[in-house]
Amino acid sequence: MSRIVLENCGKINPEDIEEYIGADGYEALGIALEKKTPEDIIKIVKDSKLVGRGGAGFPTGLKWSFARAAKESPKYIICNADEGEPGTFKDRLIMEGDPHKILEGMALCGYAIGANTAYIYIRGEYQLSIQRLTKAIKDAEKLGLLGKNIFDTDFDFNVKIKIGAGSYVCGEETALLNSMEGLRGEPRLKPPFPAESGFLSKPTNVNNVETFANIAPIILNGFEWFKKIGTESTPGTKVYTILGHIKRPGLIEVPMGITLREIIYDYAGGMSSGKFKMAQIGGTAGDIFSSKLLDAPLEYQELQKLGHNLGSGAILIMNDIISIADFLTCCMKFFVHESCGKCSVCRIGTKQMYNAFKRLKKKEAYFDELKTIKELAEKLKLTAFCPMGQSVASPVLSALKYFGEELARGVNPDKKHEPITRENPIIRRQKIC
Amino acid sequence: MTTKEIVKKYGNKRENLLQILHDVQNQNPNNYICKEAIYELSKEMDIPVSGIKGTASFYTMFSFTPRGKYIIRVCESPPCHILGAQTIFEAIESKLGIKVGETTDDGLFTLEGTSCLGICGVAPAMMINDEAYGNLNEKKICKILDQIQERERK
Repeated sequence: MSRIVLENCGKINPEDIEEYIGADGYEALGIALEKKTPEDIIKIVKDSKLVGRGGAGFPTGLKWSFARAAKESPKYIICNADEGEPGTFKDRLIMEGDPHKILEGMALCGYAIGANTAYIYIRGEYQLSIQRLTKAIKDAEKLGLLGKNIFDTDFDFNVKIKIGAGSYVCGEETALLNSMEGLRGEPRLKPPFPAESGFLSKPTNVNNVETFANIAPIILNGFEWFKKIGTESTPGTKVYTILGHIKRPGLIEVPMGITLREIIYDYAGGMSSGKFKMAQIGGTAGDIFSSKLLDAPLEYQELQKLGHNLGSGAILIMNDIISIADFLTCCMKFFVHESCGKCSVCRIGTKQMYNAFKRLKKKEAYFDELKTIKELAEKLKLTAFCPMGQSVASPVLSALKYFGEELARGVNPDKKHEPITRENPIIRRQKIC
Repeated sequence: MTTKEIVKKYGNKRENLLQILHDVQNQNPNNYICKEAIYELSKEMDIPVSGIKGTASFYTMFSFTPRGKYIIRVCESPPCHILGAQTIFEAIESKLGIKVGETTDDGLFTLEGTSCLGICGVAPAMMINDEAYGNLNEKKICKILDQIQERERK
């Protein structure tokens, strides 16, 4: 079983650059700078069919070629380490376990698209990651692996760290750009895409931590090697965080296309209590899977065929004690808190959704509550401004699909809406959270 | 460090605002961004007061009200929720006699709910300032809080 991203984690001392170099570290960068042109690098990444590991699954090579084609300068590279999706902590462990691998991947990206400045945007809660990366940058600069004239070529590359301040929506790339500019972390309208006009309105390439960690091994071993791992359409491995009612929660790196059943019973050691009821794939904004999907391959394209998304890599496994209405109430509470407020569909929609699930939990929902929820979720999916708002629909729609019967038990068929009259306007303020 | 010195350290460009706000908050003994600091920042950085407050209030890590020396942040996201985060809140509330968002009378602790802390492998989890604690239960929480209280008494 080969690991790519986590290959060095736990084997080398992450605070010692010599140990990383000893494990073939910075070799890919050396080879690239001396023997390969930027176009070669982009071609290798394209041929490897690597797709972004942040959740959306956009082809990395294609993204880089857009940034390369942009005429304006300077260009910027941003490593998105604002890992806010509940249940996801893969990026934290990559940054803590092998910080130099990320720096090397970023330098390779910088060379490929022609950028000399890079930022790592880390969420404020990840103190250890901030410390380790700060030290890694300093060490690499000392050895001339970052900074001016790397490997005695005329390529300069500087990496700086930016620290977030607690906002989920900042994981969305345009919101992240606003936050980096010292503004409220609200998403921007696309287009223009960041490759055209990003940080400080300059061409910017944003990738996830895990994506950058894949680059150096691909350049070093070639795309043929990479394509042998995983599935035909999505090669490579995926790092998952597995959590919930299982015997061994934690982090695994497995080839693309593995099934949920294998993850639970082979890697996680089975259920810790109760019987398997459902799993949420990809964090709080992810789809809820019932036992019907235990054998579906976890891979971007296969899941898309089933109408689902792989998301960020969190897999939350739940037993039969958890009620779906209670769980979704908790999910919605999270969205109410994290909705940035820019668009009203998300700001008001999440709040209404939260109230509806609270009623379902107490078994006093209106007679047509499920219909209303479905309608609202579909509206969110279609009209919310950013992917975050749109993704609120995923857990709701999949729960309605697989656990509609259980949810229907929370409906009180006799409870009708009170008609709105002049004497009885609905302006009662509902206290929330 | 004064507010002026912090601005000087990072430069007065708008893109450094978050970093500056972090430092301003950290050097305040009550862990918050006070009104005077906002006015000073506005002058130093040439950003309207509303601009600074509007940005800072967007982020959950910044506070405009005085807080305790130790900020307890308990994760309330789904992974911790299904493993009993609610009981963790209750345990802390009964132990310290404060509710979420409140500070103890001795100014030692502030209790806050937070989104995922990224330590779900050991859920339910919480952070006290920069220190993370996992696999919590009532007994463990009492022990952790007792230790801090003891340390402070000395």
